Amino acid sequence: MLEKPAVLIIGGGISGIQASFDLASRGIKAYLVEKSPSIGGRMAQLDKTFPTMDCSMCILAPKMIDCSHHPNVELLTYSEVKEVKGSAGNFTVKVIKKPRYVDLTKCTGCGMCVDNCPVEVPNEFDEGLGMRKAIYMPFPQAVPRAMTVDKENCIECGLCEKVCEAEAVDLDQEPEEIKLKVGAIIVATGFEMFDARRISEYGYGRYQNVLTSLEFERLLSASGPTGGHIVRLTDGGVPRRIAFIQCVGSRSQRGELPYCSSVCCTYATKEAILIKEHNPESEVYIFYIDLKVFGKGFQEFVNRAKTEYGVEYIKGHPGKIEENPKTGDLIIRYENTIDGKVREITVDLVVLCPALIPRRDNERLAETLKVELDEYAFFKAKDPLFAPINTNISGVFMCGYCQGPKDIPESVAQASGAAAKAAEEIALTSSKGGVDSGSK
Amino acid sequence: MEVNDEVRIGVFICHCGINIGGVVNVPEVVEYAKTLPGVVYAEDNLYTCSSVGISKIKEGIVKHNLNRVIVASCTPRTHEPLFRSACEEAGLNKYVFEMANIRDQCSWAHMHEPEKATEKAKDLVRMAVAKARLLKPQEEPEIDVTPSALVIGGGISGMTAALCLANQGFKVYIVEKEPELGGMLRHLYKLYPTMQDASERLNQVVKAVESNKDIDVLTSTVVKQVKGFIGNFKVTVEKGNSKTLNLDIGTIIVATGAANFEPIGMYGYKQYDNVITQLQLEQLLKAGQLEKPERVVMIQCVGAREEKGRTYCSRICCMTAIKNAMLIKELYPEAEVCIVFRDLQTYGKEYERCYLDARSKFVQFIKYVQEKPPEVISEPNGKLIVRIYDALLDSEIEVPSDLVVLSTPLIPHEDTKELSQILKVSLGPHGFFFEAHVKLRPIDFATDGIYVCGTAHSPKDTAESVSQAFGVASRAAIPMAVKRLRTEAITAVVDENLCSGCGTCVKLCPYGAIEKDEKGVARVTEVVCKGCGVCAASCPERAIEMRHFTKEQVTAQALAALGRAIA
Repeated sequence: MLEKPAVLIIGGGISGIQASFDLASRGIKAYLVEKSPSIGGRMAQLDKTFPTMDCSMCILAPKMIDCSHHPNVELLTYSEVKEVKGSAGNFTVKVIKKPRYVDLTKCTGCGMCVDNCPVEVPNEFDEGLGMRKAIYMPFPQAVPRAMTVDKENCIECGLCEKVCEAEAVDLDQEPEEIKLKVGAIIVATGFEMFDARRISEYGYGRYQNVLTSLEFERLLSASGPTGGHIVRLTDGGVPRRIAFIQCVGSRSQRGELPYCSSVCCTYATKEAILIKEHNPESEVYIFYIDLKVFGKGFQEFVNRAKTEYGVEYIKGHPGKIEENPKTGDLIIRYENTIDGKVREITVDLVVLCPALIPRRDNERLAETLKVELDEYAFFKAKDPLFAPINTNISGVFMCGYCQGPKDIPESVAQASGAAAKAAEEIALTSSKGGVDSGSK
Repeated sequence: MEVNDEVRIGVFICHCGINIGGVVNVPEVVEYAKTLPGVVYAEDNLYTCSSVGISKIKEGIVKHNLNRVIVASCTPRTHEPLFRSACEEAGLNKYVFEMANIRDQCSWAHMHEPEKATEKAKDLVRMAVAKARLLKPQEEPEIDVTPSALVIGGGISGMTAALCLANQGFKVYIVEKEPELGGMLRHLYKLYPTMQDASERLNQVVKAVESNKDIDVLTSTVVKQVKGFIGNFKVTVEKGNSKTLNLDIGTIIVATGAANFEPIGMYGYKQYDNVITQLQLEQLLKAGQLEKPERVVMIQCVGAREEKGRTYCSRICCMTAIKNAMLIKELYPEAEVCIVFRDLQTYGKEYERCYLDARSKFVQFIKYVQEKPPEVISEPNGKLIVRIYDALLDSEIEVPSDLVVLSTPLIPHEDTKELSQILKVSLGPHGFFFEAHVKLRPIDFATDGIYVCGTAHSPKDTAESVSQAFGVASRAAIPMAVKRLRTEAITAVVDENLCSGCGTCVKLCPYGAIEKDEKGVARVTEVVCKGCGVCAASCPERAIEMRHFTKEQVTAQALAALGRAIA
């Protein structure tokens, strides 16, 4: 029934999921390639989402399941695109399926192997704050619901193989090469975080009570390493005074990243509200340069944080953080840029909001796809105004944060847009005629 | 396996790893389930949703000749479709499936009381069994989808969506109330951040739309009436003030754009000639009519980000001000331009750079605080003075100026409310169209088959509007591409003998699915009904029943909660 060409989607976050699902729903086969063991992306790591305070996983999980169960979606997790040949309407793609050492068709996700595995390593999904085993599922709602062996840390004791009743563990698995024929390609590789260590005056990496916002998000999450309890890493105590610092490495005029990451003011506001909900007595401060409230409902969200929850916003970019080595408390020195006064404040915990940056492996992917990146290594739009979803290569589209900073609804809308462009491309290359709606 | 035969219920109870099994004594619940009337089989699974769990359900149905299936596990929100399709694959109607949530509503909520949680899990299973005994198969009506779309609004958003849909092979009608296509872009000069000429690109798009054989453009035309439902809308449009036209439409896109707020009575607008809005400045620049000013002062957030009323940020004004400041500088390098702002909305990867560029060209930026907004004072010689409270100096500064430009927000068009009523879709708190779900369904309406893009949704710039326009070109294409749709089986049913024709349900139905028929009684259009139950709950005559949630079924469940059997 699916005689139409298929579409390859690279990246299994919310953007890739939405693009795949839109295409599959209209009868176009979608190959969704994700390099990690599960789809879900960044949104899976979040506790709640702004400004509606929806539980992130609760609204994402049904999408992940719908997508994976759709007969027109083929998930290729733990896989990477290696080679792309051909042109719009007729690409040939080589995908490498990395060995997960577990047979996806047999594994029930029961967790017996995990219970018996003797190796513990930091869990990437929890930003290294929690531990996982060498055989693991990154998070309980993972799709596919199956284990992966991390061979780098595996000591090959074979216990997992022994205890697996489904006989799903296969430590001799080899990488598998898959060849796909697709008519269009959608890139949706998302973002990663700027290394906050580079802003050395904030002490991230040296002071244990200075966290990144993504680490803090995992602390807030009920499925996170502390079961949703906000604690200090130095002493396990409940922090009473918490400060957020915006624009760590972003909007920088001294050589880091000049752009605004677009989501930090609002997610910090969300995290601040959550702290107040966990512990109404706590004091929360948000240091900012300009409060970015440009999205639908954002200003009202910030207003609520101020008036209903008593979150305090301070205009100013702190110059330095010092740790009291005895208590682990942190002294923030800042200039309030409204009145020009220099002040100090002591807090129990600092949350940094670092710049969100393109994936480091975008460069390799761009080379494979022959598409252009901009100076930051975001994928470059053919025409930023009228063809924001087109790359310079016909038939290759993009959506979500990999194209530039945006929040979840913008990513979702753009993902649908990329699906439309891919469908349009397929319709045009099979009929040869008509004018592309946004690239000529 | 006929459902009308003897009731044969199978119960599958999930451990969900340790999520349920770590708290609730699952084997005990299994044994309890086996004692309940109608239950012929019960088992526990480590993960009922795993492929092993799913095949266990299918095997159980065949082996034990089950005609009702219950899974006691997590939430139907995420997993009901999966278990329902397992039932279907084993030959059962998917509506003979029932779910008990013993995780979110039991083991998670009562983590520290395992014994009580086990008792509650039994209660929940007993309730599910009581309902399942009364379940009936349901049919989902199928409808055909007309492969043509209506785009309301012929601005850049509407035209972009229309072209993309036409290229995908669908017929498109664009209805534009103005005499020509183009929308807001017709009034703009240059577009940030690329400084492309707005009309140049706009003309290309208009030409492409007008020459596309699959697109019918209806200018000076408004939508008068919309009847029907997804796939089968009957739309009446009016051209000029007389001619009406009826269209058969599958899906509808709302791309009506936004208007610009006129700041009457603010900062001397309409009082002093040299106080204008950004849009007026844009038109002066476009027409080449801006006389050389000595100093221009731009005031941001005029009528936006207010304490009450228009509390929202209009998103595009900071960048519009920066762009126009740069254009003035280009035209008259000696002219001074000063932007008086609250928080600069120079978000994303491009806009901060535009701000830095403006600073390097000596555009001045002065911050004001909301509590003490600037004042515009007219001098006898016709010059203006802008008085700004500078918090840093804790004093007022006076900036002489011969042109004050007010950055005012985008606001909904006056006829937005009327259109929302015609389409039966919601508006948000500020009168913009309101999407189905802020995060994950940002361009769908709650009403199936209707979508929204561009500034009709909220203020946004050209690139953002275009992205959304491509988005709706996918959302609206999906039903048209699949051609046939299955609709909700759980719908309201009116007992004509009980209905008094009071019309309460007609008024309350959020989807416009109920109307009074020629006999004066309520009639439900099943394909429009979403099964929300508002009508059934408020019918004074108890004349409305919900399929799959009948009074009998819900009562049985409630009585079972109290430990009583249905009489």
